[in-house]
Amino acid sequence: MRYAATYVRDWLDQRFGWEELIYPLRHKTVPLHRLSYWYFLGGITLFLFGVQVTTGILLLLYYRPSANEAYESVKYISTQVQFGWLIRSIHSWSANLMVFTAFAHMFSVVFLRAYRKPRELTWVTGALLLFLVLGFGFSGYLLPWNTLAFFATKVGTEVPGQIPVIGHWILVFLRGGEDVTGATLTRFFGFHVAVLPGITTALLALHLALVQKFGISVPPRVEDEWSYKPEQKKEMKFFPNFLLREVMAWYVGLGALAALAAIYPWELGAKAEPFASAPAGIKPEWYFLWAFQTLKLIPSRILVFDGELIGILGMGLAGALWLALPFLEPKRLRRGYRLLTGAGVFALVYIVSMTIYGWVAK
Amino acid sequence: MATKHCPMVAAAAREAAQQPTKDRGRRQFLQVVLGGGILASLASFIYPVLRYVLPPPAADLGNDSVLAGTASELKANSAKIFKFGSRPGLLIKTASGEFKAMSATCTHLSCTVQYRSDVQQVWCACHNGMYDLAGRNISGPPPRPLELYDVHVKGEEIYVNRKQGA
Repeated sequence: MRYAATYVRDWLDQRFGWEELIYPLRHKTVPLHRLSYWYFLGGITLFLFGVQVTTGILLLLYYRPSANEAYESVKYISTQVQFGWLIRSIHSWSANLMVFTAFAHMFSVVFLRAYRKPRELTWVTGALLLFLVLGFGFSGYLLPWNTLAFFATKVGTEVPGQIPVIGHWILVFLRGGEDVTGATLTRFFGFHVAVLPGITTALLALHLALVQKFGISVPPRVEDEWSYKPEQKKEMKFFPNFLLREVMAWYVGLGALAALAAIYPWELGAKAEPFASAPAGIKPEWYFLWAFQTLKLIPSRILVFDGELIGILGMGLAGALWLALPFLEPKRLRRGYRLLTGAGVFALVYIVSMTIYGWVAK
Repeated sequence: MATKHCPMVAAAAREAAQQPTKDRGRRQFLQVVLGGGILASLASFIYPVLRYVLPPPAADLGNDSVLAGTASELKANSAKIFKFGSRPGLLIKTASGEFKAMSATCTHLSCTVQYRSDVQQVWCACHNGMYDLAGRNISGPPPRPLELYDVHVKGEEIYVNRKQGA
């Protein structure tokens, strides 16, 4: 066995310079300090993305993307296909956990200030990936064609429709018409299984290549301590030492996922009825709750403007600023970074408190 | 700048500077023609795609009358959703027995509204918007009133149409 492995490696090495290719991996190290456990979050998000791709392909074997068949096909997967309920449940749970770990990864980068030079573009690609993850969540949510998803899609596509000048164009593009219909479902299916995965794969490759190129960031405070006491500086080889630990975390993640999927199987709800009132108590997925609650609280008019327009443009502006975060750190101010850390704390507190408020509010 | 240090680029630049003016004019002309050609061909690829992703407009029923329901199916102080073209409409029988019809698409973010018999108002469950029986937005985030429709009772049948001139 070992002989065969050596033979294959030699074969590859002679043709492609294998050793040269994996050289950077062998020499990649992970800094070891009291905050090192935050480094696991990106890897866990990547792992959950892998779970999504795998279970997503499995769901594709039975799913039918049309208004007449979508709900029935998901019901068929959940009730007739062997372990169909498990595959669908894992896909839904993993999606939710991935949103959570992606957010946690992002905030860890903010608070450990890993976005600093030279890693600005790593931040930008990461933030774009987070938006894509939310896009996956939003487009995938409609696919079972149930009542909650139908109204969530109505509201969610109406939001960009409020943008002046190009808004209506975007709305029609997203919906495949003026209203949410079977045409919307077909489009969302296309976005969910082709457009978004394609863009995400390319961006993910770039994100990982940048992480590989610049190595793993050490928080400034730890860096200071190390320059003061160099004997405290510790590192771990990425391959195989850190990777094996990461794989252990993935294994725990997979266990948690399977347990959640088995104990709390994802509900299907009632089939979407385009000519019915929105049911009382309707709410979006938890990761959109903060935006939902914000839209709910904004009054109908602010000065001469429609309230929702102000809210939507405000959220768009916040998103754009967030994307540009590394470029906003005031370099001339002593401790200028505190401004960004403050913004991070504010964003986190706002999102968490609005989510809780949205959760408990009637 | 990387180009500063590249000997080939520097040599090419020197050569270009030494060329007679006529040659430079010819070069510029070719750049404009070729560049313009490439841009025009790109536009001819992109334009059909942009038009393709926007679906053709659907036919609207306009002022046509629709049969919204029958008088006997609604009790006083209740309502039903009916199809008004491709959009939902709300037909209400008020506590006093009068029929009212309006668009059921909330003016906030286009959820479908419902009649609340407990408060005798129209309510949107999505963001807690409230309208009165004349369709006026009275609380919550909706920015505009609901469009009111004309109601005609012909015997047992209730017909609804868009207000004339609306």
